[in-house]
Amino acid sequence: MVWPGKRSKANSPSLTSPATVPVEAADIAIGKTHSTVAQGLIRFCKRKPLGAVGGAILVLLVLVAVLAPVVAPHDPYQPNAAAIYAVPGSTYPLGADEAGRDVMSRLCYGARISLYVSLLSVLIGITIGSLLGILSAYLGGWFDLILQRIIDALMAFPTIILALGIMAVLGASVHNVILALICVIVPGTARTVRSQALSIKALDYITAASALGGTHGRIICRHIVPNLLSMCLILGTLQLGLAILTESSLSFLGVGVPPDVPTWGGMLREAARAFVGVAPWLAIFPGLTIALAVFGVNLLGDALRDVLDPRLRSDGGATQSGIET
Amino acid sequence: MGSYVVHRLVLFIPTLLLVSLIVFVVMRIMPGDPALLILLGEGEGTYTPQELDNLRHKLGTNRPILEQYVTWIWGVAQGDLGRSLWDNSPVMRQIQDRLPVTLQLAAMAIVVAALVAVPIGMLSAVKQDSWIDNTTRVFTIFGVAAPPFWVGILTIVFLAKVFHWLPPLDYAHPWVDPWRNLQQLIFPTLVLAYYEMAFLARVTRSATLEVLREDYVRTARAKGLMERFVLFRHVLANCILPVLTVSSWQFGRLMGGAVLIEAIFLVPGTGSLLIDSLYRRDFPIIQALILLAAIIVLVSNMVVDLLYGFIDPRIRYSEA
Repeated sequence: MVWPGKRSKANSPSLTSPATVPVEAADIAIGKTHSTVAQGLIRFCKRKPLGAVGGAILVLLVLVAVLAPVVAPHDPYQPNAAAIYAVPGSTYPLGADEAGRDVMSRLCYGARISLYVSLLSVLIGITIGSLLGILSAYLGGWFDLILQRIIDALMAFPTIILALGIMAVLGASVHNVILALICVIVPGTARTVRSQALSIKALDYITAASALGGTHGRIICRHIVPNLLSMCLILGTLQLGLAILTESSLSFLGVGVPPDVPTWGGMLREAARAFVGVAPWLAIFPGLTIALAVFGVNLLGDALRDVLDPRLRSDGGATQSGIET
Repeated sequence: MGSYVVHRLVLFIPTLLLVSLIVFVVMRIMPGDPALLILLGEGEGTYTPQELDNLRHKLGTNRPILEQYVTWIWGVAQGDLGRSLWDNSPVMRQIQDRLPVTLQLAAMAIVVAALVAVPIGMLSAVKQDSWIDNTTRVFTIFGVAAPPFWVGILTIVFLAKVFHWLPPLDYAHPWVDPWRNLQQLIFPTLVLAYYEMAFLARVTRSATLEVLREDYVRTARAKGLMERFVLFRHVLANCILPVLTVSSWQFGRLMGGAVLIEAIFLVPGTGSLLIDSLYRRDFPIIQALILLAAIIVLVSNMVVDLLYGFIDPRIRYSEA
């Protein structure tokens, strides 16, 4: 099987070059046309072992989050005077914090918040961003011009500054963090999806569809959206890393998720406030968990990008993942 | 070339105005009534309607929104960013005190990052799939994934535990006491640089890989040029563009991204000012700092766009 445009020449702006039909490639890659989903997954693991490791890390973290009450060895909220700064060992695998709470249990429960916040904000952010991008490309004209200038302006704000500003105004809460993350994710997504949608719009089969009398709605839903799905999946995966990092940064600063709920960033905040010198594990393990999550997500995203849409790779993989990391 | 510069500048101004409008809407309209905020912020939270009216009049918040925006942006253009709600000092002066520190930190970090990233990125690409490449890739992938604020905390723990030493707390001006200044800033610089370096090295690696496959590289090798010459004259010159784009973008982002690192290392830059103001709900300062961050990003993007025109003639001609 030939993968279209495995590596196009440097300097050719491949997003604007005539696109081959990515739907088929995507379908083959995830195994819709010739094989079952399971076979597709196995092939993905063989082609991209690192990506499979990344996917496994993500699945593992999601499982830990869902099964937190079962997996966690202790109550994450219950202070225990006897276990203050307990050294990592058999009872407290990753040690205990300044109130004698088990670090591992708090990490498990922290995974719930961190993953809930980042997955939900990426899902909503990518959906809104893609819709805006498609509309911007399809409608063109004034709508496109104005929307793109607004996106220019929004993209001028450094991620963390934009998120901090929004949190300053809205106040600390789980749903405000999600809202802030959506505001961070939407502009970049809309920009990338728009350029891709523009190149699809220029293709012959879109002209053919509209010559056959296809309505705008039908052309968008039946022809443009399916061709963008694989790209949205890649963007979403890469944005997930950004979302996890930003959420933990906000919680670390104490303006994200309220401090009574355990979060990875919040645990680092407590660690930095307590005497970390006394109990370095308080700082080591939450940070390692964040790093592991972002690492897994990035590996998966890179592999998906290679497999599903090789064209994205050649055109400054830099600028692409640049938005995300 | 002239029309290219003009074209870029013409695009720059509306974006700048839009940025200021977004900041104005988010920071001025959404938090509610600033006059109420000041009065409630002063402790007991009791005030007479007369006081409220006076303060609104003084702040100008009783006028139409459009007029408020125009007044504000006119003030900003003249360097008047308002006064702090906390100690009533001019915001401009606070920023003048803090900005050089952050600029120094960001500049040092980006220079260190580029000096390390470009050689190891190129080496990694030239020796693709060797152990050097694999080590570099693991090192950089970890650098991109590890939250810088975590690396910062670990650095402090490490310094305190192993060397029983912590960076000096009170800030020293680089012209007055360069050694002390360096002691303060070297570790935040290294932490920021590691993060940016990891990303930049990945960009350099993929850019170099692209260039290595170009026809002119094959030609250069075919005509018998020394490998060293091929790498420096042909490959480096051509992969520098994406590296430059990314580092300018990183510089802009560092101005904001240094927020957490400044807070951890107690560096008195704009980042820690932002955090302090955030806790105090000092909106005029937050507003000014957010606007400043966006302007710095816009300006650094524009400077690079203009540099492109000089560095790469292809862009100049296609735009004109």
